[in-house]
Amino acid sequence: MISATMILQLLINGILRGSIYALAAIGMTVIFGVMNIINFAHGALMMLAMYITYWLFTLLGVDPYLSLVISVPTLFILGGFIEKYLIHKSLDEPEINQFLITAGIMIFIENAMLFLFSPDVKATSVSYKGAAISIGNVIIGLNPLAAGLIAAAITAGLYFFNKKTDLGRALRAVAANKEAARLMGINLNYIYFVAFGIGSACVGAAGTIISPMYYIFPQAGDLFLLLAFVIVILGGQGHVVGAFFGGLIIGVVESLCILVIPGSTKDAVVFAVFILVLLFKPLGLFGKRRQ
Amino acid sequence: MTLLRVSKLSKYFGGLAAVQDLDLFAEKGEIVGLIGPNGAGKTTVFNLISGYLTPTGGEIAFKGESLAGLKPNRVCKKGIGRTFQIVQPFAGLTVLKNVMISALNRTEKPKIAEEKSLDILQFLGLSEKRNFPVGSLTIADRKRLELAKALATEPELMLLDEVAAGLNPRETEDIIGMIKQINKRGIGLLMIEHVMKAIVSLASRIVVINFGIKIAEGAPSEVLRHPEVVKAYLGGDIKVAEHK
Amino acid sequence: MNRTNFSRTFLSVVLLALFLVAPFFVGPYFLHILIMTFLFAYLARSWDLIGGYAGQLFLGPVAMFGIGAYTSTLLGVHFGLSPWIGMLAGGVMGTIVGVLLCYVSFRFGLKGIYFGLVTLTFPEICRVIVLNLDAFGGVNGILIPFKERSPLGALLYMQFAGKIAYYYMSFLMMLLSLYVIHRIQKLKSGYYYLALRENEEAAEAVGVDTLKYKLMVTGIGSFFLAVGGTFHAQYLMMVNPETFFGMDFTLEVIIRSIVGGVGTVFGPVIGSFILTPLSDISRAILGGYQGVHLMLFGAIIVAIIIFLPKGVGEWLGRGYRFLEARFGGKMPVSVKEDKDDFAESK
Repeated sequence: MISATMILQLLINGILRGSIYALAAIGMTVIFGVMNIINFAHGALMMLAMYITYWLFTLLGVDPYLSLVISVPTLFILGGFIEKYLIHKSLDEPEINQFLITAGIMIFIENAMLFLFSPDVKATSVSYKGAAISIGNVIIGLNPLAAGLIAAAITAGLYFFNKKTDLGRALRAVAANKEAARLMGINLNYIYFVAFGIGSACVGAAGTIISPMYYIFPQAGDLFLLLAFVIVILGGQGHVVGAFFGGLIIGVVESLCILVIPGSTKDAVVFAVFILVLLFKPLGLFGKRRQ
Repeated sequence: MTLLRVSKLSKYFGGLAAVQDLDLFAEKGEIVGLIGPNGAGKTTVFNLISGYLTPTGGEIAFKGESLAGLKPNRVCKKGIGRTFQIVQPFAGLTVLKNVMISALNRTEKPKIAEEKSLDILQFLGLSEKRNFPVGSLTIADRKRLELAKALATEPELMLLDEVAAGLNPRETEDIIGMIKQINKRGIGLLMIEHVMKAIVSLASRIVVINFGIKIAEGAPSEVLRHPEVVKAYLGGDIKVAEHK
Repeated sequence: MNRTNFSRTFLSVVLLALFLVAPFFVGPYFLHILIMTFLFAYLARSWDLIGGYAGQLFLGPVAMFGIGAYTSTLLGVHFGLSPWIGMLAGGVMGTIVGVLLCYVSFRFGLKGIYFGLVTLTFPEICRVIVLNLDAFGGVNGILIPFKERSPLGALLYMQFAGKIAYYYMSFLMMLLSLYVIHRIQKLKSGYYYLALRENEEAAEAVGVDTLKYKLMVTGIGSFFLAVGGTFHAQYLMMVNPETFFGMDFTLEVIIRSIVGGVGTVFGPVIGSFILTPLSDISRAILGGYQGVHLMLFGAIIVAIIIFLPKGVGEWLGRGYRFLEARFGGKMPVSVKEDKDDFAESK
């Protein structure tokens, strides 16, 4: 028996879950928008942030939400360095090379973590793990709620950063037309560094805030990587707000799938949605034609 | 029958009219110039004729047949070849292979395509560089390669988009000579140009467009003195050459 | 026949002879490595037709591989059909699916990365479907039932007791894939595939029906990938979603092509000869330490892209020409002199 409450609950779960997918995807869409590459190492970076948060909590007792202060800048710098020293050269090469190098980085990071920390699943067991509030018959977990709010805040922050600051405008200029941007005096190398850094920082934040709610293991980022592809396309290449809402949509779709189909088949549904969007609305919900 | 007849051609991008109600024609073996200030819509016209863009309105007929809805490769097969404003070679291949691919438009056999290509390279003075990678060519040579590629498809009409751009006077002379030779083979030409010397030496008739609309048409001597044309170019980039 | 051609032919014959007699001198473990090397050389060579030679960002070769494997296996299990027929059927299925997938993508105007993403996620859909349907054996897949032991039976059902038959089969497949590219290079379609890779817009302008030729090259490549799937299924005597539809396969195939030299004739083969034994041996040595050999793998991928983006084949070719220039005509064997084979297929 499917009641209205059940649907509402699923919707809310989906939205909150989706906001985390969104945060991961926002990072990817910034990189995709500015540099026109798909970062296959994205999920691995999220996983790194999860481990950083876990160890800070387990060894030093740092609350996950506080450790954002550490994980976000760390991932920013890591991402920037990856771009500058590993990926940069391949940007002028055929796309297949870019695919392979980011995939290679993913393989390296995931297996390095596997080697260092074994495949054992870890969990950040904060004291407030299961805390929730209830509104009527609907239960809202506090962690998911906090995650959703933080994700929304970061999205808004990034949106205003893009619109109002010089650096943000420079990012948008490069995303729109990199030759024109270069002719205008914008330093492309610097922009690429920043874009990759921001993208990694976002996914780092996602990894940190999901730690209290999710299992931590070397392949933990894979799911978010695949979903990020879908969301980035859904939201439109380079569109931060589009990715946010795209994430919410995917979260809801995934959540509602439980009503109709078993287990992991929902992945197939998400991918089917993905392909349909690619075919019929490749520019996404908010996308504009790139030059 | 007129080789190319364009009637009431229009192209709108959203609300912006790139081309409006344009009438244009070219007879067999004629050389027609298409000039106008930057952004006037000339390359858009080429893209419409050659099938890269779909017209919003109007008709394009080639040898009596409509080109409506045909993809660029079909337009080429019908007999229209084109060059691009920014040359578009097959960058990773040799000069010879570049032309062979074009020559395969009319034959199934690479061997025959090779023979035809060698002839064309000879004709355009690129024989010695036939095994060079495209990246090593000078700008003048790249322009010639662009011509060679279009010529190798064995067209009856060629659309040349600013072939003389970026060339020094000597190179410009050379390419004008080559175009005359091409025309002698019976191939009609529609040329977009800013280099007036080229237009005036070659075209028997010039069409002038601005903001997507035709503003003048006629023999070079009339057209270039036409008040509307002069006005359109004020502050523009016409190279007022010695075209007496 | 000049000196260069003679040296090349001589060396080729020697190599050929060595490979042909190897099974009589080499144990099963090394035979296994060679079989995998030949198989992946064949697979990489087949993928390279679409992704390297024609330059399409085709990130889903595993879909065709899995479709070929599952088709022949299901036909064998349910209808007792010989895998040889199943192989052909699988090849046809793979071709149809590949062409359809590409047709739909290209008709909707998807290019480059967007096309890449479609081809990347399509096999995932296949994997999840196969994983969740009992008819396809679910997570454990399907075991291929063991049939008769007679030599004729073994041949008929493509189930060989030892490795020797698989060895020669995979060797032949590798040679076949090389022969295919050798022939295609000389055809009009071969030239057109190059045009697709280099500049699609320019190709259209000179009369190339880009859609038709993209579908053609995808169809051919898909056929061979699917056939490879049947072979692997018969070699393992089973199919399962992870091995036959998992993304690891895609990476393994593509990386061999890139490492050896994408778009070149021998590149994918060279790549397989470098990476397959390396991968197997490192797994044997380092496998005890979780993840180390894959770390190595990832690091190699990154290093190759950074330092040798045109692949090892090109680097070897350059090195050889450098040495030749240095030492004049003193080099006894000029195997890699013919640019067409080892450098770009240009």
